[in-house]
Amino acid sequence: MNFIALKMLIGDRAKYLGIIFGLAFASLLITQQMAIFLGLMTRTYGFLTDTPQPDIWVVDPKVQYIDDLKPLRETDVLRVRGVEGVAWAVRLYKGLLKARLPNGTFQNCIVVGLDDETLIGGPPVILEGELSNLRHNDAIIVDNVGADGKLANVTPDGRRIPLRIGDTMELNDHRAIVAGICRVTRTFQSQPVVYTTYSRATVFAPRERKLMSFVLVKANPGYDLSELCQRIRKTTGLAAYTKDEIKTITVRYYMKYTGIPVNFGITVILGFIVGVAIAGQTFYNFTQDNIRYFGTLKAMGASDFMLLKMVLLQAAMVGGIGYGMGVGAASTFSFLSGRTELSFCMPWQLLVASAVAIALICIISSFLSMWRIVKLEPAIVFKT
Amino acid sequence: MIEMNNIAVRCEGVTKTYGSGSTEVHALRGIDLEVRKGELMMLVGPSGSGKTTLISIIAGVLDRDGGECEVFGSDFNEMNSRERALYRSQNVGFVFQLFNLIPALTAAENAAAPLMIRGLKRREALDRACEVLDRVGLGDRTRSLPSELSGGQLQRVVIARAIVHNPRLIVCDEPTSALDHETGHKVMELLHNVAIGIDRVLIVVTHDARIFEFASRIASMDDGHIMQVVNSHHDLEQKKEN
Ligand SMILES: Nc1ncnc2c1ncn2[C@@H]1O[C@H](COP(=O)(O)OP(=O)(O)OP(=O)(O)O)[C@@H](O)[C@H]1O
Ligand SMILES: [Mg+2]
Repeated sequence: MNFIALKMLIGDRAKYLGIIFGLAFASLLITQQMAIFLGLMTRTYGFLTDTPQPDIWVVDPKVQYIDDLKPLRETDVLRVRGVEGVAWAVRLYKGLLKARLPNGTFQNCIVVGLDDETLIGGPPVILEGELSNLRHNDAIIVDNVGADGKLANVTPDGRRIPLRIGDTMELNDHRAIVAGICRVTRTFQSQPVVYTTYSRATVFAPRERKLMSFVLVKANPGYDLSELCQRIRKTTGLAAYTKDEIKTITVRYYMKYTGIPVNFGITVILGFIVGVAIAGQTFYNFTQDNIRYFGTLKAMGASDFMLLKMVLLQAAMVGGIGYGMGVGAASTFSFLSGRTELSFCMPWQLLVASAVAIALICIISSFLSMWRIVKLEPAIVFKT
Repeated sequence: MIEMNNIAVRCEGVTKTYGSGSTEVHALRGIDLEVRKGELMMLVGPSGSGKTTLISIIAGVLDRDGGECEVFGSDFNEMNSRERALYRSQNVGFVFQLFNLIPALTAAENAAAPLMIRGLKRREALDRACEVLDRVGLGDRTRSLPSELSGGQLQRVVIARAIVHNPRLIVCDEPTSALDHETGHKVMELLHNVAIGIDRVLIVVTHDARIFEFASRIASMDDGHIMQVVNSHHDLEQKKEN
């Protein structure tokens, strides 16, 4: 019977392809939108991904997400160092500063200031130059996307000259010399990232009473991280999070306070509805067109159970193919856009989620057909 | 007793009404009919007289409203729908005016459908179907799709499908009326030759006087009643003249 079901389905080529395209479209839309959404969410904690060295991040208690910069007092780093179980604790500056490009335009940059002695928290990948170049006078390391793009020098005739080692620029009216090019995880705001030392960053930054953004902490081996966080909180009155904790609060913040999940959610739901509408209707039409044959099988003694199995198999077949095509298209899309501004993230959980969505679409779609078949009177076979 | 065992189908006072209220149609108004084993019983009568309704009830695809109806000692009213489906799959073969062959399946696959419904493996079912197609003269067209066959060939595939699982009851609704007379006659001849068996009953609804000669007996219906049952079409005409 399975074989009859599949042959019937494939025999009606137009509807067969129609259903598959409906499902493929839905699966593409759902997978792709969820992938972009997840990609955006990973960007929200891109800075954490790029700064893997510390076990614990100490911040102002009012901080709600990683880019929520609320400065600490300089002495806080010393107080954290004094907590039992802390192997090392270093300062990190992070701020948004104005860069003036040679052609006179301004560009906001994320400036990261690393502990002068250890340079902990440097960029994950250095493409040109090296991290220790930061010890030279006025040295900065800029990220390659910024160097080739927003920080590039645009000549009067419109040519774009990427920023290279040895070039100079002005950060907040202070001279800075490019001493290296690095690669960083794309940030949510997509601004160029500039690394320098902590003391130089505080020179670049506008004068304020407090400038230190984070204290990065490494635990002594054998210490439980959440207990250590507790202890830091208790003794310093500051907030302390493990890497995963601060990642979580960051993602949660973006989910809660930006419209992003809702917007993507709407598109995903639309994809789902379009899938149900196209696939469901075409599938029902297919069943309706073949109702005489289902009736004939029923008259000849096929039980409802057998016929429902046939319908489910047909639905599973188009579902499987449609899902494969949609996910394949989404992967291709993600591969092709790997070097663009788009963000894609397709973990296996996402593939499972869209498989579940397509399976649901198929079940909903075949439901009407199944109902039609259960209600079918075999006596219709004698109707002409 | 011996007489009783010889009866394959027994209907007594069978009634069927479609719809209700102003749209009510009394399709059967009390049918008494007995069909014996080994017989080819023809049902004739004007359009709307209830012939299709009667064979639908006998074949177990339609519920009767009243009366008694037994097919080889079984009463469909005493079965649930699953048991009825099982009974049909084992005991009933169908021949339709418009064939009802699945367009996407080959002749052999269509003819094998009743066997697959009974759970036979595909290979085995197809082999058996090919043998039967050979018997109806289509041994060389087993792989043809319905769209590639003529009307007469299609009806021969249908006949193969109706007998492939060796059912005890075969019901045929106007098996020749979609065919030209010569083809229809040949198809009926074939049905007569391959389908009749000592323990089997054929009930054939027809308008086509040219195939009356194949009948063992002929029952004529009018307005939901059996008017008469005669032994040959000559009797039918004689009585009409009287
Ligand atoms: N499903 C149905 N709903 C309502 N009325 C029906 C239905 N099926 C048949 N009828 C009516 O019941 C009566 C008997 O119909 P039936 O099909 O049994 O006649 P028939 O003798 O087979 O006619 P024909 O020679 O035209 O096929 C007709 O008046 C018909 O209109
Ligand atoms: Mg009829």
